[in-house]
Amino acid sequence: MEPILNVKNLTMKFGGLKALDDVSIAIEKGQIAALIGPNGAGKTTFFNCITGIYDPTGGEVQITPPGKNTQSLKGLKPNYVTERGVARTFQNIRLFHGMTVLENVMIGRHCRLSSGIIKAMLKPPSQREEEKKAVYDSYEILEKIGLDKYVNEMAVNLPYGAQRRLEIARALATEPFLLLLDEPAAGMNPQETKELDDLILWLRDNENLTILLIEHDMKLVMSLSDWIHVVDYGKKIAEGTPKEIKANPDVIKAYLGEESDDA
Amino acid sequence: MRWISILLGLAVTGIIGFFAVRELLMDPMYFFELFLGGLTRGSIYALIALGYTMVYGIIQLINFAHGEIYMIGAMTALIVATVLGMWGWNTAVIVILAFVFAIVYSCAYGFTVEKIAYKPLRNAPRLSALISAIGMSLFLQNYVMLAQTPDFLPFHSLIPDFQFWEPFAHIITSVEITIIITTVIVMILLGLLIKFTRIGKAMRATAQDKVMAALLGINVNNVISATFVVGSATAAIGGVLIACHVGQINFYIGFLAGLKAFIAAVLGGIGSIPGAVLGSLVLGISESFFTGYFWSEYEDVFAFTILVVILIFRPSGILGRHDAQKV
Amino acid sequence: MPIKEQLKQSLIFAFWFMILTFPIMVIKVNTIHNTIVFRWANLLWVGVLSFFASWLWNYFLRRTEARKKSDVDEDVPLIHQLLQNNRFRRPFLGLLAAFFIAYPFVFPMYHTSIMISALVYVMLGLGLNIVVGLAGLLDLGYVAFYAVGAYAYALLNLHFGLSFWMVLPLSALLGTMFGILLGYPVLRLRGDYLAIVTLGFGEIIRIVLENWDEFSNGPRGISDIPAPTFFGHQFNQDNTMIYIYFIVIALVLMTIFFVNRLENSKIGRAWIALRDDEIACQAMGIDKFKTKLTAFALGATWAAMGGVIFAAKTSYINPMSFTIWESITILCVVVIGGMGSAVGVIAGALVLILLPEYLRAVAEYRMLVFGALQVIVMVFKPDGLIKSVRKVYTFKTSQEPQQEKIAHGTHT
Repeated sequence: MEPILNVKNLTMKFGGLKALDDVSIAIEKGQIAALIGPNGAGKTTFFNCITGIYDPTGGEVQITPPGKNTQSLKGLKPNYVTERGVARTFQNIRLFHGMTVLENVMIGRHCRLSSGIIKAMLKPPSQREEEKKAVYDSYEILEKIGLDKYVNEMAVNLPYGAQRRLEIARALATEPFLLLLDEPAAGMNPQETKELDDLILWLRDNENLTILLIEHDMKLVMSLSDWIHVVDYGKKIAEGTPKEIKANPDVIKAYLGEESDDA
Repeated sequence: MRWISILLGLAVTGIIGFFAVRELLMDPMYFFELFLGGLTRGSIYALIALGYTMVYGIIQLINFAHGEIYMIGAMTALIVATVLGMWGWNTAVIVILAFVFAIVYSCAYGFTVEKIAYKPLRNAPRLSALISAIGMSLFLQNYVMLAQTPDFLPFHSLIPDFQFWEPFAHIITSVEITIIITTVIVMILLGLLIKFTRIGKAMRATAQDKVMAALLGINVNNVISATFVVGSATAAIGGVLIACHVGQINFYIGFLAGLKAFIAAVLGGIGSIPGAVLGSLVLGISESFFTGYFWSEYEDVFAFTILVVILIFRPSGILGRHDAQKV
Repeated sequence: MPIKEQLKQSLIFAFWFMILTFPIMVIKVNTIHNTIVFRWANLLWVGVLSFFASWLWNYFLRRTEARKKSDVDEDVPLIHQLLQNNRFRRPFLGLLAAFFIAYPFVFPMYHTSIMISALVYVMLGLGLNIVVGLAGLLDLGYVAFYAVGAYAYALLNLHFGLSFWMVLPLSALLGTMFGILLGYPVLRLRGDYLAIVTLGFGEIIRIVLENWDEFSNGPRGISDIPAPTFFGHQFNQDNTMIYIYFIVIALVLMTIFFVNRLENSKIGRAWIALRDDEIACQAMGIDKFKTKLTAFALGATWAAMGGVIFAAKTSYINPMSFTIWESITILCVVVIGGMGSAVGVIAGALVLILLPEYLRAVAEYRMLVFGALQVIVMVFKPDGLIKSVRKVYTFKTSQEPQQEKIAHGTHT
């Protein structure tokens, strides 16, 4: 079977700098995969290249949505990538601060709604129904993620952990089959991290999602992932099960090397 | 796609070149007159554009009130020169004092405007700072209009017709040549300031990365203030010079001049000092030719059209941001 | 900060401003008649006023900063609380309606005429609010679309004899078209460039109108623009004013109705998302460019309709009515009233346009005050006089959302 996400020889140059150099990663359906690497290794750049925020300099990005044919994402604008079922969260939280929690999730419904301007102004029954359903669906997602008590709060007023979860809720609302999480546990306390761990597993098992996450919390990565990809200086240096990665000398070198740099 | 744009560029250059050569051969005197007029105009734009480009380089804000700083410089010079003139002071002293006061006051206004309207908004959305800048521009214009007069005031030129320049005066007047020479001197001084002085280095560092500069012990607030002060000083010089050239001023002269200078800064590549100078000269000269050979009433339309075309096809300007030194 | 420090600080500021404003405030030169007047009293005024102003300024600055740190959620504005209160809402809206219906019959014609201008600004403000307040696109050339509407009526009537009622919908279409036409090339630009380019377009349209004599009759403008008729019936002058008044009221109501619906629809949410964070917005599957274009074009639609009313009311237009200052005034209405807040924009338009008309003494200072207010609002109250309130949904457990209880009053 085709992998659900198949990235081949992805390269991204900024001027003379190669942020990504010939990276190939394949992710199977139903996997929880992790992308790890020292700071500045190019992990977020990798996400940005897949989701269309950057136009990669070279290589190919292919997806195979469940029950559909393989298609390319390369060069598509971010909104089309989302429409095709690849959703993401951001490392530095990017919620819409002028909106309530519910509306933040409803924004995620945007590309699944059909009413245009004329309908919005005239409000025919079909539009009313759709709007009602969007509210309902969004609320349901909030319930699943456990944010329903905040429904009418302004998004900026949420506690930090809840803001991270809201980013996930918002991504879910776009009906993805592949979810990209950029450091979902950053800044969370151990209790919140534990809850996040459960949430990610639950998403995979109950929502039929495939998940790729960038994370620095090694405990979370090792316990959660089925498969781990390691990048360093824009190059992929290893992949394997958590066990294999733990024992991989290249990986250890990359991380230890980084630590000595920091010191 | 790339080939098309290159061919298009070549075609446009060819057509312009053809007409330029034809006009040059037909009436060389007129051609040179227009060219020198454009150079003068471009010099003034350059003096104002520097302030825009430096401020943009450091805090990424279009300082809408910058044109008003230039107008206040001209106005201060007019007031000082008139008062001293009525008291019967020596002409040379008047000229020096008028320039000094214009520069000092413009700097003070630039400094104060930054502290009031921009500093509290440094972490606010960019739209907020921009609206605040527009408000400041509106305020300063009306302040000068109400405190002085809405009418044009004749400005007695501070720059005399030099005797030794007499033989060339029919090509380019003393005032015009003074403007061009002053601009060159100011540019050189500014270049030295930015390249070699402590504050110049701090400016470059801050433009590169504000957070990092602050971590390295640079007082970012002081650097931003200094940028406004330096930009205001050059604008003031431009204001006094153009007032001498045109012979009259009112509260409104800063608005259009400011816009044109901003267009010049964008044309050259905003954030880049050599870019601002180059863009100003290109805009000044091409405007001069456009009004001289085509329709003078569409002068401003021409400038705005250039802006739109540049922003759409090459938003980084002639000397794009990346290769240029930005402050 | 101890009071003594504050006093000292304010004194220093007062002294600074006295020096700063000295040449321009104190010395008044007239180089035509060669006279100089020294106005020392002004120096005193500047000193006293800047002393108190700087005190207030610093006080509010400290308060704003303290509030930012404490993260307190601001209260819902009083007007919204009242509007959400059902017992208050009906009588309030009833009174408001009665006031506006009675207005032209109670007050003399002059006042009706001024109220019409203010209501046109309400329309323009609500239109620009879509562009600036909701979608976050700073449009400084909004007046261009206003001019399009006004000239469309004047010219179509002059050359083809089209009536007001035919031109009104036509101009709306024309406005949309121009919005798309101008928006298409410029909306790809970054925010601050957009401001300058729209300003440029606004000026270009004015300059063209001024210079293209054959088309627009140049600076002389177009006169004798007919007032709207009532099914072919032409009222006398006074009644025409009343008639136009009610047309504007109807259009304003229509605007509020549609804008409110748009704001709480899929497209309205997309505008706000775009304003808040472009990248996240795109990652949510929203087409950035298309969303911007709809905001720009819809804003233009209302401006053009406002232009038709303006032409019909004054019966004479020339390019001088469509300068950049008109754009800035409309921007002030939106910014000071409250970006994104329809109630704020309506209040802003009525206050900012009506007050200077009635306080002739301060009319001169109008633009000065507008400028100062823009800065003050941005620094201390970025949400404007009346900030926007998002729609509140109530839910009973996980059943159907209770749409009936939605506080619809927020934007009516």
